[in-house]
Amino acid sequence: MIEARELTKRYGDKTVVDHLSFTVKPGEVTGFLGPNGAGKSTTMRMIIGLDAPTGGSVTVNGRSYAKHPAPLHEIGSLLEAKSVHPGRTAFNHLMALAHTHGISRGRVDEVIELAGLTSVAGKRVGAFSLGMGQRLGIASALLADPAIVMLDEPVNGLDPEGVLWVRNLLRSLADEGRAVMLSSHLMSETALIADHLVIIGRGRLLADTTVDDFVREAGGGGVKVSTTEAVRLRSLLAGPDVVVSSSAAEELVVSGRSAREIGAVAAEHGIALYELTPQAVSLEEAFMALTHDAVEYQSAPADTARKAA
Amino acid sequence: MTTDTLSAAPVRTTVRKVTALRVLRSEWAKFWSLRSSWITLGVSLLLLVALGAIASATYSPDVVADGGPPGGPGSGTQDAVSLALLGVTFASLAVGVLGVLLSAGEYSTGMIRSTLTAVPRRLPVLWSKAAVIGPVALVLSTVGALAAFQLGTLGLDGEKIALSLSDDGVLRSLAGAGVYLGLVAVFGVALGVLLRSSAGAIAVLVGVLLILPGLASLLPDSLYDNINPYFPSNAGSAVYALHESSDALSPGAGLAVFAGWVALTLAGAAYRLVRSDA
Repeated sequence: MIEARELTKRYGDKTVVDHLSFTVKPGEVTGFLGPNGAGKSTTMRMIIGLDAPTGGSVTVNGRSYAKHPAPLHEIGSLLEAKSVHPGRTAFNHLMALAHTHGISRGRVDEVIELAGLTSVAGKRVGAFSLGMGQRLGIASALLADPAIVMLDEPVNGLDPEGVLWVRNLLRSLADEGRAVMLSSHLMSETALIADHLVIIGRGRLLADTTVDDFVREAGGGGVKVSTTEAVRLRSLLAGPDVVVSSSAAEELVVSGRSAREIGAVAAEHGIALYELTPQAVSLEEAFMALTHDAVEYQSAPADTARKAA
Repeated sequence: MTTDTLSAAPVRTTVRKVTALRVLRSEWAKFWSLRSSWITLGVSLLLLVALGAIASATYSPDVVADGGPPGGPGSGTQDAVSLALLGVTFASLAVGVLGVLLSAGEYSTGMIRSTLTAVPRRLPVLWSKAAVIGPVALVLSTVGALAAFQLGTLGLDGEKIALSLSDDGVLRSLAGAGVYLGLVAVFGVALGVLLRSSAGAIAVLVGVLLILPGLASLLPDSLYDNINPYFPSNAGSAVYALHESSDALSPGAGLAVFAGWVALTLAGAAYRLVRSDA
């Protein structure tokens, strides 16, 4: 369990993390989302004590990270993939970390195999591709059998097969009762893995919600209905929570009723429908709408805005 | 690449708490698992042995007569030990760079994040790096100094200044060179952690060991004479000088002064390591 309370980090007069409070619970995958420069990495660095908070606190399993006798057993992390010496082999890198916690050589071999690095374990890390570096980072995160796994953009540089591997791995780690936290700036990718979402922008908490709720709210675009009997259907659907709008003579956009309900009502009254489409707002659009005001590096033309978010 | 292996811990792993000894073991493994460690160590040993042996082999008493009063105190002094230890200055740079690479190298590569995540208390990392490289440099340099001297005695065979290991102060001088180089390696580690940049730390190392004494000669004579012996490299060379010269410290005092400089730098490194963000 990670608990951040009013966590704040300032560099000079620039506030990177601003009174951020959230909890990462065991048995769940928590997606930590925000545009570039939102303060995700700084927050993660504070969790494992690389950076000291300017204000507030963050605890890992009830204590600050450095106070644990075997910190890697509490939380395994992958921050930047380049947290290795390029001249050392993958095996020697992991072994050096293992020594600090009295972890056996057998376990090192095990995580190497788990991460699919067996064939390159004796190679210098400097020759690794970005994807192999990510796998090594994940291997070192899992080395000490941690209760919490925290990964900063773990699928960066991975091929589709690797992305699937990470997704399944994180799911199984959460199912084993571990707390999993992963950061990303890609909503759609995160929604596939995460249960819970913590969304930040400019260091502030924008949303602390479940993926289901976020998807439900994002999907609140109503249902598009096409029928020749638009006026009749409109009166049949009327109700206290139902809002019906019309953009064309034979078209309705209904919110407050599901497509299923609308179809049932239409069938009951013998109204022929030509179209019945839930107007899902894409997760990415919903995420961008949420973080729009908090984007640190705004890009100018409309079609590149997607990349920036 | 496997996708079917999903469980992170098929077998429960034994994880023990972080202790000073385990950190030391980790730093030991880190040191020897880099090719650069072996190369730099080899270079410093080579400089130490080869320069000493060459200086002794090419020694000619006439040249010395031109250079200064033979046998007298001061910089003109040449004896079998000072010839054999001619390479110490060069070896000290190599050994110092080795120390810098061990510590600042972690900052330039990003390895420091992994290191400090495993050991968030941080200070044991600094002590362990010093405790690995100090003794390694000390032992190898002492061996190197002995080898340089022994090779040198072949070159000096029959010369007036020839000495043997059993002569007064010879062993102390050679061991002193080892101790000095061991401390220089620790100095390099401390500079690396203090400055967090290989280039910066190496520049300071060269400046302190080679350039500072020369620059100081610009000072007024009275001041210069008083502080000159206390400069790190001058105090250090007193540690391995066979004959105590009038303008230098005694070996014991030199050792204390140089160790003091190293301790001061280590303290600064420790402060920065603990106080600033990694």
